[in-house]
Amino acid sequence: MTNSIGELEWADCILVTGSNTSETHPVIATFIKRAAYLHGKTLIVIDPRRLYLVRHAHLWLRQRPGSDIAVLNGLMHVIIRDNLQDHDYIARRTENFDALKETVARYTPALVEQVSGVPAADLERAARLYAAAPRAAIVYAMGITQHTTGTNNVISLANLAMLCGNVGLESGGVNPLRGQNNVQGACDMGGLPNVFSGYQAVTDPAKRWKMEAAWNVRNLPDWEGLTLTEMLPGIAEGRIKALYIIGENPVISEADADEIINPLKELDFLVVQDIFLTETGKLADVVLPAASFAEKDGTFTNTERRVALVRRAVPPVGQSRPDWQIICELSRRMGYPMDYAGPEEIFEEIRRVTPSYAGVTYRRLEQEGGLQWPCPHPEHPGTRFLHQDRFTRGLGRFFAIDYQEPTELPDDQYPLILTTGRVLYQYHTGTMSRRAPGLVEKAPECRVEMAAADAEAYGIQDGEMVRVCSRRGEIKVRAQVSFKAIPGTIFIPFHYYEAAVNRLTIAALDPVAKIPEYKVCAVQIRKLRPSPPKAAAAAEAESHGGSP
Amino acid sequence: MSAPRMTINGVPVEFSPGQTILEAAQSAGVSIPTLCHYPDTRPTGACRVCVVELEGARSLVPACATYSAPGQVVHTDTERVDAARRMVLELMLASGNHNCLICEAGGDCELQALAYRYQIDPPAFGKPPGTTYYYEDNNSMIIRDFSRCIQCARCVKACTDRQVNLAIAVGYRGAETTIVAAGDQPYIDSECVFCGECVQACPTGALLDKHARFLGRVWERQKVRSTCPYCGVGCQIDLQVKEGRIIQVTGADAVPNRGRLCVKGRFGWHFVHHPERLKTPLIKENGSLRKADWEEALNLVATRFAELKDREGPDKIGGWCSARITNEENYLMQKFMRAVLGTNHVDHCARL
Amino acid sequence: MKPLGPCESVPTAQMRQEVCDSLQALISRHRGRIGALLPTLQDAQRILGHIPLEMQQVIAAELKLSGSQVFGAMSFYSMLAWQPRGQYIIRVCGSPCCHLNGAAALLELLQEELGVPLGGTTADRLFTLETSACLGACEVSPAMQVNEVVYGRLTPGRVREVLSDYRAGQGPDYRDLPYSTCDFREFRRAPGESLLLENVGLIDPLNLEDYLKRGGYTALEKALTSMTPEAVIEEVKLSGLRGRGGAGFPTGLKWSFTRPLPASPKYVVCNADEGEPGTVKDRYLMEGDPHKVLEGLIIAAYAVGAAHGFIYCRGEYYLSRHRLQHAIDQARERGFLGKRLLGTDFSCTVELRSGAGSYVCGEETALIESLEGKRGFPRLKPPFPGVVGVQGQPTVVNNVETLANLPAIINRGGAWYREIGTPDTPGAKIFQVMGQVRTPQVLEAPTGMTLGDLIQVYGGGVRPGRTLKMIQTGGASGSLVTRAALKTPLDFGSLEAAGGALGSGTMLVMDDSTCVVDFLRCVAAFFAHESCGQCTPCREGAAWILEVFTRLSRGEGREGDLDFLLRLADTLKDASLCPLGQSAPVPLLSAIKHFRPEIEAHLKDKTCPAGVCRFD
Repeated sequence: MTNSIGELEWADCILVTGSNTSETHPVIATFIKRAAYLHGKTLIVIDPRRLYLVRHAHLWLRQRPGSDIAVLNGLMHVIIRDNLQDHDYIARRTENFDALKETVARYTPALVEQVSGVPAADLERAARLYAAAPRAAIVYAMGITQHTTGTNNVISLANLAMLCGNVGLESGGVNPLRGQNNVQGACDMGGLPNVFSGYQAVTDPAKRWKMEAAWNVRNLPDWEGLTLTEMLPGIAEGRIKALYIIGENPVISEADADEIINPLKELDFLVVQDIFLTETGKLADVVLPAASFAEKDGTFTNTERRVALVRRAVPPVGQSRPDWQIICELSRRMGYPMDYAGPEEIFEEIRRVTPSYAGVTYRRLEQEGGLQWPCPHPEHPGTRFLHQDRFTRGLGRFFAIDYQEPTELPDDQYPLILTTGRVLYQYHTGTMSRRAPGLVEKAPECRVEMAAADAEAYGIQDGEMVRVCSRRGEIKVRAQVSFKAIPGTIFIPFHYYEAAVNRLTIAALDPVAKIPEYKVCAVQIRKLRPSPPKAAAAAEAESHGGSP
Repeated sequence: MSAPRMTINGVPVEFSPGQTILEAAQSAGVSIPTLCHYPDTRPTGACRVCVVELEGARSLVPACATYSAPGQVVHTDTERVDAARRMVLELMLASGNHNCLICEAGGDCELQALAYRYQIDPPAFGKPPGTTYYYEDNNSMIIRDFSRCIQCARCVKACTDRQVNLAIAVGYRGAETTIVAAGDQPYIDSECVFCGECVQACPTGALLDKHARFLGRVWERQKVRSTCPYCGVGCQIDLQVKEGRIIQVTGADAVPNRGRLCVKGRFGWHFVHHPERLKTPLIKENGSLRKADWEEALNLVATRFAELKDREGPDKIGGWCSARITNEENYLMQKFMRAVLGTNHVDHCARL
Repeated sequence: MKPLGPCESVPTAQMRQEVCDSLQALISRHRGRIGALLPTLQDAQRILGHIPLEMQQVIAAELKLSGSQVFGAMSFYSMLAWQPRGQYIIRVCGSPCCHLNGAAALLELLQEELGVPLGGTTADRLFTLETSACLGACEVSPAMQVNEVVYGRLTPGRVREVLSDYRAGQGPDYRDLPYSTCDFREFRRAPGESLLLENVGLIDPLNLEDYLKRGGYTALEKALTSMTPEAVIEEVKLSGLRGRGGAGFPTGLKWSFTRPLPASPKYVVCNADEGEPGTVKDRYLMEGDPHKVLEGLIIAAYAVGAAHGFIYCRGEYYLSRHRLQHAIDQARERGFLGKRLLGTDFSCTVELRSGAGSYVCGEETALIESLEGKRGFPRLKPPFPGVVGVQGQPTVVNNVETLANLPAIINRGGAWYREIGTPDTPGAKIFQVMGQVRTPQVLEAPTGMTLGDLIQVYGGGVRPGRTLKMIQTGGASGSLVTRAALKTPLDFGSLEAAGGALGSGTMLVMDDSTCVVDFLRCVAAFFAHESCGQCTPCREGAAWILEVFTRLSRGEGREGDLDFLLRLADTLKDASLCPLGQSAPVPLLSAIKHFRPEIEAHLKDKTCPAGVCRFD
């Protein structure tokens, strides 16, 4: 996030798009809801589903899945047409505005309505509300990124924010919500193929020399590694022979056979390190038992770049060990001793080699309860929002982006759009959440959320088992007629291995970020059991005292 | 410009504009008891435990909901105030079954603490024996025991103002006033999303974390501050531990969550002690995994990695970091891959 | 009494398509209005007679509310139901006045006739038997209401007659009735000129021409065309008019706080939630001369700079609302409401809202909460509504009778008005003498008439063979006074000095057949029923006062009960959140002062000197 979670509460306008915030980031949603409900601030939701957040929204734009860029360009069209943009900001802090202006000029509200289904009048209102707010924040999540146009979607949001001078001020910004507890930290720490910790490029010799000196090694590799989505196909191509997987479970069902299980089986050597024996672990040559978050010390970095302490509360179960100890042991055995007394000592090393973390210490975290990077020196208070005076590259650059259709659109054979995501009560592949009785009670099984109109059209009753098929596969799942769903679009969460929705989704990747298009594909839905003949159904209804 | 001043218990006190009498008193070190008052919510001034004497006002005023004004003269501890507070507490004690013996809130109950502070015996008046109260125990997370409810409505404030879930409200009226979910249905059948904010807000034992019940008194627990392991918000949590086991998780009043949690953070910690946790290393032998000790497993991994590195080259080994493990561990993992194995094939599942 | 407990779901059969359609239709009528929930619920209840869970869910979703907000609000109001009821709701008035005149026997009779307990519904689903805290029909007590229609002066024979009419499907349409209780002209008039009730009973309340012929809307015209809003306020200040709702706050002064505020919009609200037991005066004005009330409200709106007014009329007053709505529509047609009134720059609309069975909603901040579609929880003051009112905007709330004074003040001047009545409370006042007098009366007179004259001359004195025992002054929350106070002039200051209160101008007279304990038990039941439940002293305390008086009246009093009552009363007075709780113990404190021996007889000797309480 460019800005902080707490700042959301005081934004004059919040635009939430591609984020089911109240289910996937419920506590961030409390700040958004407080802004709208308690402080009367403007909330605009752009989402194909009628999310819980919509109840608090002043305006809900319901776009066709995948038409985000058209909508965003439409908003910018109205803003520029009505001369509502922040001229001073554009002049002072940005470049390439003319290219943007030229492109969005084509996105008239009428055209956008045609492409996205968002009524032109609503688009105009939203544009004016966003532009009128002195401080407007944009919040988004995977609903924006999990598209073949994901990178362009994000750039379009940045265009919109810069257009109205909303980047680099408190309670504004463009704020991606990260889905997992330490996904931010994993990136910050160099858990990426192209950078060391602090996003220092492995291809930059100066950075390599610095790390070599710090680590007391020579000849660190100077090439960019493969991404996770490239490594799997890389196995078949012979480019990868062994994998060491910590805390990830790419296999959640046999449905993953072609793409994931088969390659993993072909590896010469697979090590999986986790707290449970996952589906992936079952394929491993060696499984190493790790301690859970409650059994070790350390830090996580949250979605607002805040580093916070994790503390050992209970002893590790059985012989399990914290992951850092296991890595140290392996390293020692491979002739490179890592003799850290504990996480704090590792963190001290991180500080030394990572400029944005240089000012963070355990002591400060203890006393100040979390610090937001960049925090370059021990007196630095941390950074609540980014780009205050200048962008990382100097001027903010507008990119003219055109709308592009999703890879797969519904047709006669597969008439419905499937979109995927999370539900409130489950998390990811369920390794943790499906072991909590309360969460299981509320969300025991996979359910496809569908609109009452679709249920009626396909003769499906609430609670009955249905079959959902795409060109790639099919799953059986229980139907749930939901207020959240909109006719023509169904939603299936991805937490359940029994009904692995990724069997249905399309493997098309965003060309830059390599993120799959999980949010749009075409499917069909059918009853599992054929319906009783019409006459019998009518008689049954009669005996129950009336028509439904 | 000097700060405005008022007088509390005869002592001139400075306050900042917008402060309530309660806040002004607190900053001046004067303790005023409260019950319905709850941070980050709009004051209702309903329980009347915090009433004080304000010169010029006809009746007592609630300190939590009355704003300080220059020249105000406030008395927080007069006989008149004391009489009202004592009666209010007696009425609360008489309103339900406030038997502290096996109440989960014992030692952590604000009503109990105030009864102690004001030395209030169980009131001579009370509901007739055999009075029944609504009791709800039909879900696996929250117990609602209205025999201990004092209608302070802090749960409603927590649900409405802190979480803005609007799942519960004050319902009915008069002596029948009670807290209701939609249609006065049980939580499990209502719009409640089980964030548990109400449980955390309850000053008595009326709303309970069902898992923690009878597992440990407040003074037997150790509170360990940590960070929630679920989504990317990084909520600060207090793991409440007794004898090496987590028995409850509560939201810590810290940035970013300010005490709030969601259902996963509060009720989703059972995986830590789950019997299926991996307890020993496993090694695949003849197609199936068998238990092994650390020496064997680590040596095997180290040897195979070394072999593969020598035979195939470092760029044939990939490592997956994780969004679930700590910064320190991610850092070590990439360091291990890069410095020890010599590969940049390092990634994690941020994209999924 | 209405049943508590969770909502029942209705069988699918009952949520037929036409039910859903009419629900959606009425929701879209109300959506977007301030406090849309309450009118939506009131209209929705007409569809099935109650509002089942499924309807609540639809309403919540469509109005962007949560289900708990919907149920929380609806369960506050005694006239809204979520469980099935009969076709006709019989509400027996249980107010102190009706109680004195035999309400208990009436209720017993009805239970017997219908064969159902209180709260029950007959097997044929024709009748549901409920009680009402006060129907506002005190001059014809004992009374009951069947759906919209009020029946007073009930005798067993009359009750049976009414029931058989309904059984035969011959209940009247309330809109066709000339009045809801009785013809005002039945009553005696006080000497002197009438300002308030001048038209009541003489004009056709549905005919604007009648009102215009008698000088209607001339004051509005004068104010709008020849006076600035400030001048109107000055005139009203000069008149010395004090609010007639009960608190007696100077009206002009109240307006002068709101007028200069720069906030926009501002609102004016006519408080027509006449719920004070013994009080019926506002109903006479609304039923008999609705345009006068409306004219007063528009003048108030002009004075404070409000472009929108509400009339919040209690739920039980169906005929009043019918006539007010008619008046609003007529006024709009004739240009007394709407845009640019009478060619000036001033625009004003007025919206009629209905209460739903809650006494506390007569308290101005509770009324505002109710207008906003919420539970009638009184707000903390300050801020006062004049600064922060409806939806946070400055709002002036005036009582019906207060507003009815305005046309005369504007037309004839504040100085003229000030000469009427006493210097403490200048002007004309509608008094009500109720209870155990020969002729319960509603009459208008200048303030200053003595309490004794009101009772003797107009109330006709106590019934033959009885002696005057006590008078509850000003309403259910007023103190009791005895014969010693009979010489007191009726105005705010004098009555207060005499230990009583003018309140709404009602005086409940009780003779020696009344037991003070039995009476106080009835008053306590009223407050326990009407406590909003928000603050601890009133929620719990009002119930305990009722409990103690109930046991005293059964001879089950305990040692220490009186001390407990006194302690409780102190806390209620001193620590309750709103005027309802603060005044709830007033009657019992005055009773303990004047009638302690009689109460102690119940406690110590287990005897009832008046012979009312039965100790079985």
